[in-house]
Amino acid sequence: MRYGVIIFPGSNGDHDALKAVELGLGEEAVAIWHKETTVEGCDALLIPGGFSYGDYLRAGAIARFSPIMDAVTEFANAGGPVLGICNGFQILTEAQLLPGALLRNGSLSFVCDWINVRVESDRTPFTAELDPGTVLRLPIAHGQGRYFVTEDQLSELEANDQVVFRYADARGEVHDDHNPNASVGHIAGVCNERGNVVGLMPHPERAYDATIGGDEGLQLLGAVARQLTTAGTVRA
Amino acid sequence: MSANIDAISAVRRSYLAEVFVSLKSAVNDPEGLAIRDGLRSLGYAQVEAVRAGKYLRVTLDAESTDDAHSQVAAMCEQLLTNPVMESYHVALTPLSDH
Repeated sequence: MRYGVIIFPGSNGDHDALKAVELGLGEEAVAIWHKETTVEGCDALLIPGGFSYGDYLRAGAIARFSPIMDAVTEFANAGGPVLGICNGFQILTEAQLLPGALLRNGSLSFVCDWINVRVESDRTPFTAELDPGTVLRLPIAHGQGRYFVTEDQLSELEANDQVVFRYADARGEVHDDHNPNASVGHIAGVCNERGNVVGLMPHPERAYDATIGGDEGLQLLGAVARQLTTAGTVRA
Repeated sequence: MSANIDAISAVRRSYLAEVFVSLKSAVNDPEGLAIRDGLRSLGYAQVEAVRAGKYLRVTLDAESTDDAHSQVAAMCEQLLTNPVMESYHVALTPLSDH
């Protein structure tokens, strides 16, 4: 099983992602520079967090024109599992691989904390092993994480089972006090209609070992490897 | 034939497109709210609302005002704005002839 980690100028979660896969999961991870044009040999892709292109214009807006994004789009359209984390989530919405947009936090402050998310859907390769309602403790670090869709689009996402994570308290209850950025519907992560492309603001790749504060991110990162292995579709 | 080419090239000119980008009215704008509150705390009690946004100046070459408008509209749809959350308007000024 080989994970590809896409690196843009300004990415800063790339090494966390590589280490989480290698040390946390014991799987192979390869770094893919944004100037490359192929993701061949990869079974899953991680788009890491950071500030690609300095967040110029809008977070993720310029990264989507990087040469590698054609290959990412092709991989995603072929059903390959793609996880966008934080800035990676922003890039995937700008590339229209995921619905919605991410705006400046409601508080106007950068938030850096450990929070809880409630898993809402188990139909993605990253959440397939988790019952809806499962609570994961993960770190967040972002200034532009306020998920936005219109009310109509929100109803559509809910009807299509595209809401994957919501911010919650430790018991899995959703309320405004535990919505760190004022996201619509307390949404922390969504998927595309097919379910193979997932984006979330929290950082599972920074939660891969108890000594760094938690290891619950491995449940997401590892699930995709086990899903592909079970399905017999691992290419590497 | 060469006269026609001259006629066409004569109308090509530079335009300054000023692009004003703001969050759609349905989208909460905490930055605008914070600025509004700042103005009110300075004593400008008459301030009713502030919306924050972005201002971009694009200089481009075009055949006509219509051509310039449609080029800039395409740029706004594809990159300069995110239609999910932002709206925009453009003010166009012809610059010197080529």
